[in-house]
Amino acid sequence: MAENRKVARGFMRGPGSMPVGFEKPRDLKTTMVRLLAYLRHSKLQIAIVIAALLTSSGSMLAGSYFLKPLINEYILPGNLRGLAFALLCLGVLYLVGVCAAYIQTRFTIRVAQKTINILRSELFDKMQELPLEYFDTHTHGELMSLYTNDVDNVQMMLEQSLTQLFSSILMFFGSIAVMIMLSPALFSITALVLALMIFISTKIGKKSRGYFQNQQKILGELNGYIEEIIGGLKEVKVFNHEEAAKESFYKINESFRQAATKANFLAGIIMPVMINLNNICYAAIAVVGGILTLKGSFDIGSLAAFLQYSRQIGQPINQITNQINNILAAMAGAERIFHVMDQKPEVDGGNVTLVSVEKNEDGTLSEVPGDMKTGIKAWRIIEPDGKTRLEPLRGDVRFYNVTFSYDNKRPVLKNISLYAKPGQTIAFVGSTGAGKTTITNLINRFYDIREGLITFDGIDIKNIKKESLRRSLGMVLQDTHLFTGTVLDNIRYGNLNATDEECINAAKAVGADSFIMRLPQGYHTVISKDGANLSQGQRQLIAIARAYVASPPVMILDEATSSIDTRTERLVEKGMAALMEKRTVFIIAHRLSTVRNADAIMVLENGEIIERGSHEELLAQKGRYYQLYTGREILE
Amino acid sequence: MIKQLYSYIGNYKKYVMLCVMFVMVDVVCELMMPLLMSKIVDEGIPSKDIYFIVKNGIFMVLLAAISIMAGGLNMKFSAEASQGFAANLRRALFDRVQAFSFSNIDKFSTASLVTRLTSDVTQMQNTLLMCLRMLLRAPLMLVCAIFFAVSINARLSVVIFIAVSLLIAGIFLVLRTAEQKFAEMQKKIDNLNGTVQENLTAIRAVKAFVRERYEKQKFKKSNDALTEAAINAGNLISLIMPLMMFVLNGATLIVIWFGGRMVAGDEMGAGSLISFISYLMHILMSIMIFSMIFILFARAEACAKRILEVVNTKIDITDNDDTDHKREINSPLVRKGKIEFRHVDFKYAEGGRNVLSDINFSIEPGEFVAIVGGTGSGKTTLVSLIPRLYDVTKGQVLIDGIDVREYSLKQLRDGIGMVLQKNVLFSGTIRENLMWGNENATQEDIEKAASYAQAHDFIISFPDGYDTRLGQGGVNVSGGQKQRLCIARALLKKPPILILDDSTSAIDTATEARIRKSFSENLKDTTVLIIAQRISSVKNADKIVVLDDGRVVGIGKHDELFENNRLYREICNSQQEGLVI
Repeated sequence: MAENRKVARGFMRGPGSMPVGFEKPRDLKTTMVRLLAYLRHSKLQIAIVIAALLTSSGSMLAGSYFLKPLINEYILPGNLRGLAFALLCLGVLYLVGVCAAYIQTRFTIRVAQKTINILRSELFDKMQELPLEYFDTHTHGELMSLYTNDVDNVQMMLEQSLTQLFSSILMFFGSIAVMIMLSPALFSITALVLALMIFISTKIGKKSRGYFQNQQKILGELNGYIEEIIGGLKEVKVFNHEEAAKESFYKINESFRQAATKANFLAGIIMPVMINLNNICYAAIAVVGGILTLKGSFDIGSLAAFLQYSRQIGQPINQITNQINNILAAMAGAERIFHVMDQKPEVDGGNVTLVSVEKNEDGTLSEVPGDMKTGIKAWRIIEPDGKTRLEPLRGDVRFYNVTFSYDNKRPVLKNISLYAKPGQTIAFVGSTGAGKTTITNLINRFYDIREGLITFDGIDIKNIKKESLRRSLGMVLQDTHLFTGTVLDNIRYGNLNATDEECINAAKAVGADSFIMRLPQGYHTVISKDGANLSQGQRQLIAIARAYVASPPVMILDEATSSIDTRTERLVEKGMAALMEKRTVFIIAHRLSTVRNADAIMVLENGEIIERGSHEELLAQKGRYYQLYTGREILE
Repeated sequence: MIKQLYSYIGNYKKYVMLCVMFVMVDVVCELMMPLLMSKIVDEGIPSKDIYFIVKNGIFMVLLAAISIMAGGLNMKFSAEASQGFAANLRRALFDRVQAFSFSNIDKFSTASLVTRLTSDVTQMQNTLLMCLRMLLRAPLMLVCAIFFAVSINARLSVVIFIAVSLLIAGIFLVLRTAEQKFAEMQKKIDNLNGTVQENLTAIRAVKAFVRERYEKQKFKKSNDALTEAAINAGNLISLIMPLMMFVLNGATLIVIWFGGRMVAGDEMGAGSLISFISYLMHILMSIMIFSMIFILFARAEACAKRILEVVNTKIDITDNDDTDHKREINSPLVRKGKIEFRHVDFKYAEGGRNVLSDINFSIEPGEFVAIVGGTGSGKTTLVSLIPRLYDVTKGQVLIDGIDVREYSLKQLRDGIGMVLQKNVLFSGTIRENLMWGNENATQEDIEKAASYAQAHDFIISFPDGYDTRLGQGGVNVSGGQKQRLCIARALLKKPPILILDDSTSAIDTATEARIRKSFSENLKDTTVLIIAQRISSVKNADKIVVLDDGRVVGIGKHDELFENNRLYREICNSQQEGLVI
């Protein structure tokens, strides 16, 4: 659960920044094409960027070439008037280059940020549509890192790497062209050194990749260890385990230091080698160029210009290798993002929807616009012949021979059949892992069954639109999660159309009002960090109020009161009773006080209902329920 | 702050010195290049002295070779220094955190401690690496290049000074505004991450209430806000490069104009002019790099602060003697397990509300004592005072008649087995986890402890038995199994005092009854304290302590309390028969 803190960087990355690691996307081409497709919204801006890029690179190239006429034609002959004019021209050229560079970066940032904005939104939107299974099988850290690291790398690429790569390539070939024009003989020296540079940098690069992978591996171990020990720090202290923990930590810390030092060294060594190869090239050109000049086949102006180019040419090579690494890392990130986007969304093939209706005088129903609060809802069913039919929403839930497995191997539920008539309370009891929570998760289609049938008011729930299905079910879950916002906002989460008054009434009904009023700003107290400023019981009460304000005909209470102590529970009891009144209720509970009054109690074991009946009936059976209820039987 | 951070470089300081040395060599070598080149142009070519040209050329190649060596060594030593620094920093943090008391731990969240130990340290390491590799060069380069430029032509150097001041002023202005924009952007980033994080943790609630669309809108808002802030900040930053180019190009033009006149008037060679221009570039480049220091430091500062906050946290519970070692030798041992609370008051923070007030009772060796009361009544706090997880604010806690503060922490905690409310298992085998209780335990000891805790049967039902690997946090066992393993782990200590803080909640009633039975048979001499929600778990206790709002409102056996204590009766009644599934 590492906190993922992304730090503003983007354009603030320092010079010669370290490669993040050497990651390669699996399918570079497809990913690149797909990513670039996001740029289609900004065609015009991209055209401007390219034009500006060409202009600024061109002006840089031309600027260096200017040295030749400046020295040969004006400075050496002493033509000051000509020099002034030439410098003026050069000044204009430079100015154009500067302006182009400014325009280029500005537009690039805009394009990149807009693109990233779309990418992020699409990613998040898609994530909302994924089935719960996806969240079960991926850690939060993993998913968060899409938004922090991966999106960040893509942003870097769009903002810097692509344009820099492009301009580096332009500068590289532009310089070569001009150098060949100036002196093919001198260029042969440059070409030789360039070949050497490319050879060496790929050699070192390959080697350092291996070291980096090793470093990443140990880093994973190190971070894992830190996370685990800090997560269990209190345990460590209670068991006097500090010294042992330190010892293991020192070991990993040291092996990481060694691996990271090696990796850093190898990655770093490319720089001085490249720079100085370039310097050697520079020296060789000065010597050979000097000799050629005094032999008369070359001139000082050309030599000066040539030297300038040979200085510049080393930089693009560094840039190109750096940027390619960044682009590969970004592509690997983009691939992960696209991978999430390509996940199958929750299956939602239903066409039965929940609509607001009003009762006509003759007792039939007719649909009214959704924003009208009639208080009556009905299912709109589209018959095979295309006609629609309205079926009143009652809250009748039935299971027919349902078998379910999370992993398609081990069945968690076996052949479950049960029914809950409108207004009935069905309780599930049984030990942890018996499948109680799973049953409730099937009703609202958090998971889809593959065998059997579940109906809601006689309709197969697979035919009901998920949104409508879930709107007709209320849930109070085992772990309550609140959102950043006021208490009122959090209650309103159950029903976005609820007025303040309705929310407060809900809180009163479930007995949450008194403690809320004692909060510093009452209902407007801001809840931060998942309700860290509230006790567990208080959070639970808000969650109950949240379900109350949603007011669905069917309610699922999954150990809703488990973390409330018995005394507080008595306070909540009234609220719970209010919540359960006139509703079909599925309840999973620890306490018999809540379970006793249920219309039917299902005793689950290993995914099967082994006993069912009312409290009295079950006690009379003297079976598992009796055993659980008394807890004594085995011993006495 | 920098001083303290610097001290963590510790035994790697010599590498820093070496870095400085080699950067210096590198810079001088690099700056000699244009000078030698200008000699070739100005002296070698006009005098047609091939020997002179070649000699200078070879000299340049030699310099480059030295420079490769120096640069390479710099890379080596900077890697050593920065990674060594990071390792030391991590170690200091880890050590500190291991010394934390519970109240220290409570102050930081787990996630934030992990961040400090991982990404914050990495950030510091990168900062030092960059300093040693790039930023160290900048000031050296600046000084040397100015020296060389002035020595070529002092009059022309005036241009350099003007250009330098212009560039510094420009960068200063941009950065000053940028700082604020970046702070804004960071806020928006945190905001966006917060939204995603919250969405992930509450995904079931989102789906249950069909709030996907609402969440999307919420995200879009933070997303758009971030984009806007990023563009704002970016627009400012996009000024820097053009500014740099403008100053550089402008200065070059002026140098060529005046320098050209000097060359024409034979006051200066063309080669000198060329090398002068290349020094100009070096100088302005160094300033650019220098400006990065501020950006880099601003970023690193936040991390450094967070790291130092941990390292400088005052540990509020320690052994008082000079050395832990001496303390351990002199410390008494927990032998019998008699516990006394004498008028104990406790509050978590100074000026806060009393969580416990005037707690005054004692527990005899071998007694089975239960503590009941509502959430927030102070049960967990009360038992935490026994192994000194927290220190009393007023009064005394005594074990075997000796104040707990007289024991060394090690001896004290060795004498107390404790199962915490939120129990944690570590990755490793079941055996390794159990042996946390006693690292010298034999298989027999382990099996005995496990069977007392009713864990032996399910452990051997696993294919690998005691060698079954648990994932991080014990993810592959059920809640009830986890609790039983934690109990077994505490039992393995064979402590005179055993404390179970609500650690049977996920265990079904029947199994729990069996655990209680085995305790009463096998741990006769052990003082057992348990906190439980279910009355069934505590009914048979020798003594039940009823807490309400930090005060003891009743002590006695079940029947007495049920008779005389209103609160206790209330709790019992709410549980009907006191039995719960």
